[in-house]
Amino acid sequence: MAVKTEPLFLNLGPVHPSTHGVFRMRALVDGEVITDIEPVFGYLHRGIEKLAESKSYRQFLPLTDRLDYVSSMNNNMAYVMAVEKLAGIEVPQRAEYIRVIMAELQRIIAHLLAIGSFFNDMGTFFTPFFYMFIQKEKITDLFEMVCGQRLLYNYMRFGGVSHDLPPEFIPALTRFLDEMPAEIKKYERLLAENEIVLARSKNVGVLTREMAVNASAAGPVLRASGVDWDIRKVDPYSIYDRFDFDVPTGANGDCYDRYRVRVEELTQSLNIIRQAVNGLPKGKVLNPVPLRFRPPAGEVYSHIEGNKGELGFHVISDGSDKPYRIHVRAPSFINLTALKNMLIGWKLADAIIIFGSIDICLGEVDR
Amino acid sequence: MTVQLEYNRIVEALPQNLASSVIAIEDHGLIIQPERLTDIAAFLKVEPGMELDYLCSITGVDCINYFEIDYLLYSIKLNHRCTLKVRLADKSEPAVPSLAGLWLGAELQEREIFDLLGINFSGHPDMKRIFLWEGFPGHPLRKDYGHGC
Repeated sequence: MAVKTEPLFLNLGPVHPSTHGVFRMRALVDGEVITDIEPVFGYLHRGIEKLAESKSYRQFLPLTDRLDYVSSMNNNMAYVMAVEKLAGIEVPQRAEYIRVIMAELQRIIAHLLAIGSFFNDMGTFFTPFFYMFIQKEKITDLFEMVCGQRLLYNYMRFGGVSHDLPPEFIPALTRFLDEMPAEIKKYERLLAENEIVLARSKNVGVLTREMAVNASAAGPVLRASGVDWDIRKVDPYSIYDRFDFDVPTGANGDCYDRYRVRVEELTQSLNIIRQAVNGLPKGKVLNPVPLRFRPPAGEVYSHIEGNKGELGFHVISDGSDKPYRIHVRAPSFINLTALKNMLIGWKLADAIIIFGSIDICLGEVDR
Repeated sequence: MTVQLEYNRIVEALPQNLASSVIAIEDHGLIIQPERLTDIAAFLKVEPGMELDYLCSITGVDCINYFEIDYLLYSIKLNHRCTLKVRLADKSEPAVPSLAGLWLGAELQEREIFDLLGINFSGHPDMKRIFLWEGFPGHPLRKDYGHGC
């Protein structure tokens, strides 16, 4: 008896726990296997790039927090660095060190969330996630100490940072740095060699090196495919050339490698923070800049290694107090280019994991 | 440190028929004729010594008299970068060849520029709006669109 099958259009999202926000995929499935997929964007499009044109440089700063809202510090840093380069603003040494500490703490938060939600997608519902959240909360407390905010910090300023570190910050940070390696070991014991994790993520959703480069993938996605490309190393910005750290890479470019790269980056970030705390100089943290200032006409592209990949700000000035054009090179958005190639041929249940392993933030995808 | 490629060096390396389509060398990029964009990009992608194999970012700008599109290219192997720029004087029906055939990474970024600036990328496999819905009036990042706030 012959069984007839027919392709079925299946809608995933925009409101679906595995999409980490409001992302939608229209999948064409043959049984359980995905034969075609179309990502649908725009549910969180707020026109941030257009808004920038009607605000002064300083007024746009809080909006950068709202791009990738789990890496606000990095967004702040990328934007203030671009404007500083454009206007030739000097940053005090102490502020540079504080920025690096904040950016790396933010990277730990983002990677913990990425790993936690990756396991959520895999079906280990919220147990690993809450282990990650315990540590994430401690970093959030640290951020609250320095700027009073727990999610959207708006901490950096042109020419430095808004507040100096309070006296209780360094002891609390040292406590965190001391206990975090044991926590990472705990995650590893729980997850890294887990039979189910290996079976579901090894050799699943392979992104080859050639495809990763061709599709402009960045960050952990690119590095998991074996490309040794980290902006902190290949084009050091701020004071990253003073620190000693490794760039973890994967070999196969599968979901497991992307997860491994993020875990190993946790340790590297801790290394960088330790070195920055040891080298933290005394002095002022801000060279004040007028609220409304006019950078000279010109353009600048400035980039940092964000949590999800290369985060760049292309700022064009016409000499007025408002930016003429700001374009954000959003890693979450561009990393989704290869999504279609990664998903076709996999079962629907794998597609959820593959998508989760890319780690996107919709605030940055749609802007 | 990612080195900025010297634009004179690029122009010298280009074959004669492509070098003639370079309009100007500016501080922030090499300005080329839009019709030859794909040829020049394809040449720079594989030419030994250039090997600009990574399309980092595409920015579209409305410069009032013309549209400008900036392509930022990296070489992963040689760790250098360069910016190609095209300027489209025809503002009523702006069009430029798509780079999606060379770099998959151009696909979503070109759709974004089509959506927000209304520039058509000929040869793109799926040229349609990406963030805004079909039927949305106008293209918000154009300077004559109005701010509304």
